[in-house]
Amino acid sequence: MIKSVSVAALPVTEDLVIQKNRIENNAEPGCKRVCIVTGTHGDELEGQYVCAQLAKILSDEKHNLSGIVDIYPAINPLGIDSITRGFPMFDLDMNRIFPGSTTGSLAESVAHDIVRDIEGADICIDIHSSNIFLREIPQVRVSEQTEDELFHYALMLNVDLVWIHSAATVLESTLAHTLNMRGVKTLVVEMGVGMRITESYCVQLVDGILNLLHELGMWNGIVREIRKPMVSKDRGVDFLNSDAAGIFIPSVAHGSYVNTGELIGKVLNPITGNMVEQVISPCDGLLFTLREYPVVFGGSLLARILGDENG
Amino acid sequence: MVKNIIYSIKSPYRQSMDIIGYKFGSGEPSCCIVGALRGNEIQQMAICAQLVDTLKHLEENGSIAENKSIMVIPCANYYSMNIGKRFWTMDNTDINRMFPGYDLGETTQRIADGLFKSIKDYTFGIQMASFYQKGEFFPHVKVMDTSNGKQESYASLSDFGLPYGLIRIPMPYDTVTLNYNWQLWHCQAFSLFAAYTKHIGRQSTQTAVNATLRFLIAKEILECDIHPGSHTCILNEEKICRISTNRAGILKKYVSVGDEVKEGNLLCEIIHPLEGHVIDQIVSRIDGTVFFSYNDQLVMEHTDIFNIIPLFTKSLIP
Repeated sequence: MIKSVSVAALPVTEDLVIQKNRIENNAEPGCKRVCIVTGTHGDELEGQYVCAQLAKILSDEKHNLSGIVDIYPAINPLGIDSITRGFPMFDLDMNRIFPGSTTGSLAESVAHDIVRDIEGADICIDIHSSNIFLREIPQVRVSEQTEDELFHYALMLNVDLVWIHSAATVLESTLAHTLNMRGVKTLVVEMGVGMRITESYCVQLVDGILNLLHELGMWNGIVREIRKPMVSKDRGVDFLNSDAAGIFIPSVAHGSYVNTGELIGKVLNPITGNMVEQVISPCDGLLFTLREYPVVFGGSLLARILGDENG
Repeated sequence: MVKNIIYSIKSPYRQSMDIIGYKFGSGEPSCCIVGALRGNEIQQMAICAQLVDTLKHLEENGSIAENKSIMVIPCANYYSMNIGKRFWTMDNTDINRMFPGYDLGETTQRIADGLFKSIKDYTFGIQMASFYQKGEFFPHVKVMDTSNGKQESYASLSDFGLPYGLIRIPMPYDTVTLNYNWQLWHCQAFSLFAAYTKHIGRQSTQTAVNATLRFLIAKEILECDIHPGSHTCILNEEKICRISTNRAGILKKYVSVGDEVKEGNLLCEIIHPLEGHVIDQIVSRIDGTVFFSYNDQLVMEHTDIFNIIPLFTKSLIP
């Protein structure tokens, strides 16, 4: 059943409507509820296909479901509709205004309504697809602060990597942080690249979500074999940022294994043709992030490498 | 006056962006004043530019106190300003959501880091701040309610000689701003709001310049005289009455910033955008002064369109 989570009038005739698709079966009081949320950033589309596939499977096989699955495919619908990463008209990153407010702007009011609607759920999966600059393998990102609560669930999601990052980098104004602080176990998935749908990654995550539902006792349908992800704990994550400005031409494929000293790519000066930076791998490991957008400034992230175990 | 490059970033297709700092006096880092961090903060840059011009003459007249120095950084993001963009040119990130910065991070993290390293050790910090909503403010000064030295900061609000000084409880997103991080580094930090952002108001620019000079004199960084300005009413930000729209459409306002209003006075009407009739009338809930006024022609539902400071308010510090 399609429900409205937040409705607000726009100046000329139209309403901004945030919708969810509630799919439920045997939804007794106190039953489990899982929320799938995406479309926070209008240029991240991978979650759209995940939501579409999941809605189709769960609706077609509702008899195999026990409990409630709420699917929120577009919590920033104006952004998706206009290929705008932020919340149009406010120039705000929607994932920096949670928990929202009833007394601020329309954007904050919408954020408040979304949090209120999800509150009380058992699990929330917050799907992102990097941005237009970087391509990512399917991964769950968990802060050290929430590792004890979330790690167990992250392993169920059929991703290739679980990245446990330091508490110092936690952004308090995100949806995930807000929900985790309110008792909704919220896992952030990052995969693919902005403005594109990578079908294989989406199918992989749909299998993972069905597995999670199965593990929670909510799904009796088919569950495919789930891969065991690499975990960043006990491994180093190396960030390769550009120091020069120019165009980045990668020499290796995304998701490949690279060795210490291997050429990752070059930064070229487009006017002279000269190479202004040679990007070399500092370690052996998995190239799990690779720059997709070629123009770089000093500081632009080019790649991330997950080092070998205890490396 | 000494002109320094605080931080420089290269682009593949443009000249380097050099963040320029203007230093006056010598000795201990006493006060740093930062203007535009965003490309639309034109009034904020203009206030700093006028300060640079004024401080240059004051320095030539020997008005900077001995062993005190002042740094003014008018614009830390002219790449965006020159192309009419609010946030960073390429990835649309906000430098004022990147503090304290990271020297090995992304471009705007590096800019924030480079800037912050140069200014974190000042005793006082003043940021010429803007608001993300389109609107006009009554010029005022604000301090963040962090645990560091707040009593001194509250009392210092009145040194600007503006009618209102506000104390803000930080929201989660405030923790990555310049002002918040300045305070964490034990700098007494203030946000000075002039009236506008993209528009340079002549009077409000002068008001902000005078308020800054007044503060520098009160802190014995400048040695000269200026008229004392107003008595400052110091309030918690939540005491402000926020008036929002319940309907959307064309906004027709009947009051302006600085107007005194009484409870029940008509503040604005919302007009149906296609049929022209009035669909809502918004009246004041209190007696007070209009402190903020939204100034776009079209308005959405749930938009804060007026902030009113209650008339019957007691200042936290007499």
